[in-house]
Amino acid sequence: MIRVLALLILAWATPASAERVVAALSQNRVQIDTAFTGSEILVYGAIVRDLPAPDDSKLGVIVTVSGPEVPTTVRRKERRLGIWVNTDAAVIERAPSFYAVAASAPIAQILLGSEDERYFISPGRALRGVMAAEGLNADKFTEALIRIREREGAFQTSDSPLFLTDDTLFSTEVRLPANLVEGTYAIRIFLTRDGVVRTRYDTVISVRKVGLERFLYNLAHEQPLIYGLMSLGIAIFAGWAASAVFRFIKA
Amino acid sequence: MPVQIYLPIAEVSVNAFLLLGLGGMVGVLSGMFGVGGGFLMTPLLFMIGIPPAVAVATEANQIVASSFSGVLAHVKRRTVDFRMGWVLLIGGLVGAALGVQLFNYLRGLGQVDLLVRLCYVVFLGVIGALMFVESLNAIRKARRTGPAPKTVRRQRGWLDALPFKMKFRTSGLYISVIPPLLVGLSVGVLAAIMGVGGGFIMVPAMIYLLGMPTKVVVGTSLFQIIFVTAFTTLLHATTNYTVDMVLAVLLLVGGVVGAQVGTRIGTRLKAEQLRILLALLVLAVCGTLAAGLLLEPAELYSLGTGVDR
Repeated sequence: MIRVLALLILAWATPASAERVVAALSQNRVQIDTAFTGSEILVYGAIVRDLPAPDDSKLGVIVTVSGPEVPTTVRRKERRLGIWVNTDAAVIERAPSFYAVAASAPIAQILLGSEDERYFISPGRALRGVMAAEGLNADKFTEALIRIREREGAFQTSDSPLFLTDDTLFSTEVRLPANLVEGTYAIRIFLTRDGVVRTRYDTVISVRKVGLERFLYNLAHEQPLIYGLMSLGIAIFAGWAASAVFRFIKA
Repeated sequence: MPVQIYLPIAEVSVNAFLLLGLGGMVGVLSGMFGVGGGFLMTPLLFMIGIPPAVAVATEANQIVASSFSGVLAHVKRRTVDFRMGWVLLIGGLVGAALGVQLFNYLRGLGQVDLLVRLCYVVFLGVIGALMFVESLNAIRKARRTGPAPKTVRRQRGWLDALPFKMKFRTSGLYISVIPPLLVGLSVGVLAAIMGVGGGFIMVPAMIYLLGMPTKVVVGTSLFQIIFVTAFTTLLHATTNYTVDMVLAVLLLVGGVVGAQVGTRIGTRLKAEQLRILLALLVLAVCGTLAAGLLLEPAELYSLGTGVDR
């Protein structure tokens, strides 16, 4: 009885916590097949309230999508004996293969710095916080990785728009490029009030190769000898078939 | 058929018609000039964004196919010196194994791209320049209506002095097995590192160094190339997992058709003109690759994960 009372008081004292995020994705699976050229994921949802919305505080919705972390080597070229050669290298153990953020307003306006530090939301935090290169000039290597991945479309660091209707319905589209790393992609949806994270919703997308892609990739990695022999067989057959066809045409 | 195709091993999405077109174009050139085309295809694959390790391994696979159709014709015409082929092959297999080792070692250091490009610049530069000068001279001689120049007998003294002599009946030679073994070895190393058959090195070496008759040179070199590139393909497939079957098939289809077209074009042009064209082409590829090494790149940093990018 006392517990129920306490809960009621708590609920009354912090009305914002009565807000929940309900969300869904246009697809939970991304299948990489022969025709794969990238994919658009629609993230949409609503903010469900048990009580009327408090209208005095600013509401924010932020969606982040992060790909599997892959150890990545960053190399730097330097001119040696007149040619450009890879010299220094740094290994970044936990480099996300993909990161995208969408927010209902510029992130700095709807998220306090302290909250960002806690949840690793903004690209700057999420990427630089996780990736710690070791050694001299480590920052430069981290910056380079972010820059290159940005150019490839794997890091979408300028917040893409998230449409928020009547402080209730939201939707955003995340573009996944063609050169995706297989694995589980984490999607986090944060709801903030005056820059403080009030609630979050977590879900995942699984990215997998399918069909011929899956078959060839697995064969190449699990049965490399058979795969190699098969490649040779196909090559030799194609070479023989081609000369046979042209001999037939000539005759 | 989808235009964009996702390559399972290279893990990039490329235009299928671009690959067919590249295969076809290099096929036309190889048909015209009677070269394998690996030395053109591999750098072109770098340029369209295929990871170098995948380009080299896959190209080795493709060469198996194009050489196979070639060698069949030569076997029928009895222009393959099998005994010489085996000796070259033994050297080639050892060379390929060494080459793949070196390739993997440098890949770990992040220097494989440099190695491949340097090899290309050096070999294409030297061969392109030699061919260019030689074919210019040939054209000048053809214009001058003088007596045919005397062929100078080569000095082969030190080659004759080597031990382990063997009789190669088809070539009509009685020479030591050491020079062909070494020729095979160096071609094997090149095949593994550069993703080429190595015909452009082996054919001149067989004629000028070993003194083989011209009519058996092409067939014998093709015989060796098939086995060495097949071995290289298997080594890359089992140690690096970098042979992309989808890529190989697309290049093959284009290449096979292109080669037939090229052969027909080739018969209509004069040999000297052909060689000048080829020399210019080789020098152009060489220049492009050299520029990549000499000019300051726009991005000084590069990333490496599972597959060398």
